[in-house]
Amino acid sequence: MQVWGAINWDWSLDGWIVLAGILCAVSASLPGNFLLLRRMSMLGDAISHAVLPGLVVAFLISESRSSLPMFLGAVIVGVLTAFFTEWIRNFGEVDEGASMGVVFTTMFALGLVMIVQAADKVDLDPGCVLYGAIEETGSDMLSVAGMVIPRVVLVLSTVLVVNLLFVVIFYKELQICSFDPALATTSGIHAGLMHYLLMILVAVTAVASFESVGNILVVAMFVVPPAAARLLTDRLSLMIVLSAVLASLSAVLGHLSAIVVPGWFGFRSASTSGMMALTAGLLFSLCALFAPQQGIIVRWVRSRMLSYRILSEDLIALLYRMEEKQPQTPRTAAVLRDALLATRFSTSLVLSMHRLQGHVDRQAQQHTLTDSGHRLGAALVRSHRLWENYLVTEAGVSMDRIHEQAEKLEHFTGRELRDRLDQQTQATELDPHGSRIPSED
Amino acid sequence: MDCKQRMAGDTLAWFFGSHMFMGVLLATLVLACSDQAYSFENDLSGDRVPVAELSWSRSDNNWRRVLTLQDHNTRVVLLGTTLLGMAAGTVGSFTLLRRRALMGDALSHATLPGIGLAYLLASHWGFDGKSLPVLLLGAAVSGLTGVAAILIIRNFTRLKEDAALGVVLSVYFGAGIAILTIVQQTSTGSAAGLETFIYGKTASMVASDAWLIGLAGLGTVAVSGLLFKELTLLCFDEGFAGSRGFPVVVLDGILMSLVVIVTIIGLQAVGLVLMIAMLVIPAAASRFWTGNMKRMTIISAGLGSFSGLAGSAVSGVFPRLPSGAMIVLMCGLMFFVSMLAGPSRGVFVRYGRRFALNRSVNRQHLLRGLYEYVEARGVHAGGEVHRVAVPFAEILAMRSWSAGRLRRQIRRSERQGHVLVSADKSVSLTAAGLIEAARLAHEHRLWELYLITHAEIAPSRVDRDADTIEHVLDKDMIVQLEKLLEQEQAVHGIVPSPHPIPSRSVVPSEDTPGDSGELPAASPEPLTSTESTRRQETP
Repeated sequence: MQVWGAINWDWSLDGWIVLAGILCAVSASLPGNFLLLRRMSMLGDAISHAVLPGLVVAFLISESRSSLPMFLGAVIVGVLTAFFTEWIRNFGEVDEGASMGVVFTTMFALGLVMIVQAADKVDLDPGCVLYGAIEETGSDMLSVAGMVIPRVVLVLSTVLVVNLLFVVIFYKELQICSFDPALATTSGIHAGLMHYLLMILVAVTAVASFESVGNILVVAMFVVPPAAARLLTDRLSLMIVLSAVLASLSAVLGHLSAIVVPGWFGFRSASTSGMMALTAGLLFSLCALFAPQQGIIVRWVRSRMLSYRILSEDLIALLYRMEEKQPQTPRTAAVLRDALLATRFSTSLVLSMHRLQGHVDRQAQQHTLTDSGHRLGAALVRSHRLWENYLVTEAGVSMDRIHEQAEKLEHFTGRELRDRLDQQTQATELDPHGSRIPSED
Repeated sequence: MDCKQRMAGDTLAWFFGSHMFMGVLLATLVLACSDQAYSFENDLSGDRVPVAELSWSRSDNNWRRVLTLQDHNTRVVLLGTTLLGMAAGTVGSFTLLRRRALMGDALSHATLPGIGLAYLLASHWGFDGKSLPVLLLGAAVSGLTGVAAILIIRNFTRLKEDAALGVVLSVYFGAGIAILTIVQQTSTGSAAGLETFIYGKTASMVASDAWLIGLAGLGTVAVSGLLFKELTLLCFDEGFAGSRGFPVVVLDGILMSLVVIVTIIGLQAVGLVLMIAMLVIPAAASRFWTGNMKRMTIISAGLGSFSGLAGSAVSGVFPRLPSGAMIVLMCGLMFFVSMLAGPSRGVFVRYGRRFALNRSVNRQHLLRGLYEYVEARGVHAGGEVHRVAVPFAEILAMRSWSAGRLRRQIRRSERQGHVLVSADKSVSLTAAGLIEAARLAHEHRLWELYLITHAEIAPSRVDRDADTIEHVLDKDMIVQLEKLLEQEQAVHGIVPSPHPIPSRSVVPSEDTPGDSGELPAASPEPLTSTESTRRQETP
């Protein structure tokens, strides 16, 4: 069956691949959320490297590639890794990252040596473990309850169900342990036990994904979707849901791009799990740049807009004061720019915006306030001078510091606040510098 | 004593580190001088990791060949890995203290897409895609963008360092694998050469590789040496460094560039998965040896170069041991040894210290218990106090110590001449023991008084509190306490206990007041002959 003409899409093949990818991605991102909150994101990477000797030993003992011994070996080694990491961190007084680095590299090296030593007995290719063979999902089918499904899908769905149950059942405990282990312990929750349960879960997920979809995919999914979700929300429950959604999205888009993108350059296809990780990374960068609250660009735009608003208000207030005090001074753009300490670009931008809105008139390079502009300026200057009064009389701030304070506060003062300030300062006519306070309207 | 021990440990560490350092330099010189233009033909260990075929001659030949450095290839490999270990150890000790140990991990993974892209672009434009400088340039550029991405994520989003590292590592690595699968489809041939960057191929190191590693490694060490003070300051207190006018950002950039350089030259040798070990493990191991930054760096360089040397030597001597993995295992072994035997924080030293402290605590408890027993009975007439024999069961009931522990302690004190054990196992203080015991009781009570008068702790609770602190009080502190409590006249005597000594004995003593919450109106008579002038005014 052909989708979009150009893509060779075969539901019986690609459908299973995408499903396996989604299952793996979601089951990894569930515990990944808690790893992220505990600042242990690198643990997914560490454990998935460290379980290698466990796999080899399990393989050598059981002499088969069946899943159960592999799981057991990996879980034991995974817990040992977490244990050693903790131990070295305490004994060596190094940070978590360093102790992790010591443990997992040594374990991985041990695993490599074991593989090479037992090369004729072990049919484990570290390359296969790393790249994964998700493309061959459809080649190993099982018949379960009358349906023929790939073995990989069966294994991964089991893992997903286990992870989902764990997160749902222990949601409260995991939450407390992640944010405040001390509080958890005093509330009667065994924080250490939860830690090790989480480690077991990470190890199981890593191993289940190992031979089927590869190390890269699972390591990426432990970290990237939760990190992206963290940028989108502050609520843990929502964050978990979002991370699962992002994980599935990157699995689907990743496989599509693995088929499509290399075609643009004249190649056949790229590694699916690699492309899934890359897609997750792209989704993450989108979130990092454009997340509604946290996005880098969003925040930049917001701060630029605030600074333009303040500049435009300062400009109106300046024109108002100039018309009030020195009506003869020329009010060209250059003079205004120097008085506001602004750049040429931002001054002309703000001026033309005001002319567009009808606050400012320009005649022969001279700028004057229109009626609406005058009202705006009066309100701002009134806020400023009321604040100065208030700061001197009520807050006891010295005279030489009130101007700066009032300069900041005037931009965030509305009608209601002005009236209350007026009340508080007994509706004085003049501000501390002796200037008249413009009346409302 | 503790201080002395530590100094001895440091000296030892210094000695060890500097000698290893000199040894490595000497070896470098020797190897460099004997280096001629040989062609490398036989692979030392042939260790592409999923290794299938190994061409070993006889193992006795290997021993000789490796250990006597007969073979040019052996020399090249050993020299290269040794220098690599030295450079990685030096740089690693800075990144460890900067809490960026896993930065090397993320970085080494981040080089992979650069390698693949460099190959693709170079072949596209008609260059030799497999030439090492091109690939390393790609690796460097891609690694630097990885570092930049980490710094951007860490500084401009709410995510922490670990998440930034994890994201960059996995995404770059995924991209790298995707690119490698594309590279394998190119018409210019298989890209088997590129995969070696993942696992490394120490054995096929050629002289030019070793020279590259040597130059870059020595350069790295030289830069770290020249900027030692600045980098140390950066690692310990970035804010302070900034306030003193050091260009923190530039220094950070230099440190990260050093990490990039070491990582890239190490890719060839041990591969990107294991490169992180060279950066982290020697540095972490050297923490067990010393607390001094300079020594730590030197020891870390020493451990790193030894691991590089020993790892590749072992892999050369024995068949079927991939050298990259063996170097890392050597690092792990070094770490294990350091963790056990390190003179500064090693497990043995720690247990030794705790053991010594336990012994001294037991001794003090025994002597003070005996003293209090004697004192409580007021048996001091005629200066015959020390003849009072205390039954073993009574002492056992004083504290929650096991009979075996108490018996061992009594034997030790007997050897020290502080107690005498009679035939019925009852224990009595000797004259020397009495003086010592009186001193201990005095110190204990001084602290109790201090707690009552200055820390306002209820008298019923001070015994416990004083128990925990009395063992670590030194002489100066005692003198200070005495001054503080205006007990100068009591220097040679014993302060009476400010609270009733609880009767833990099987036979209740008559003169111990029952109400422990109250201060006793009159303490039991102190022992020595001059004591009546020094009665404590209880607060």
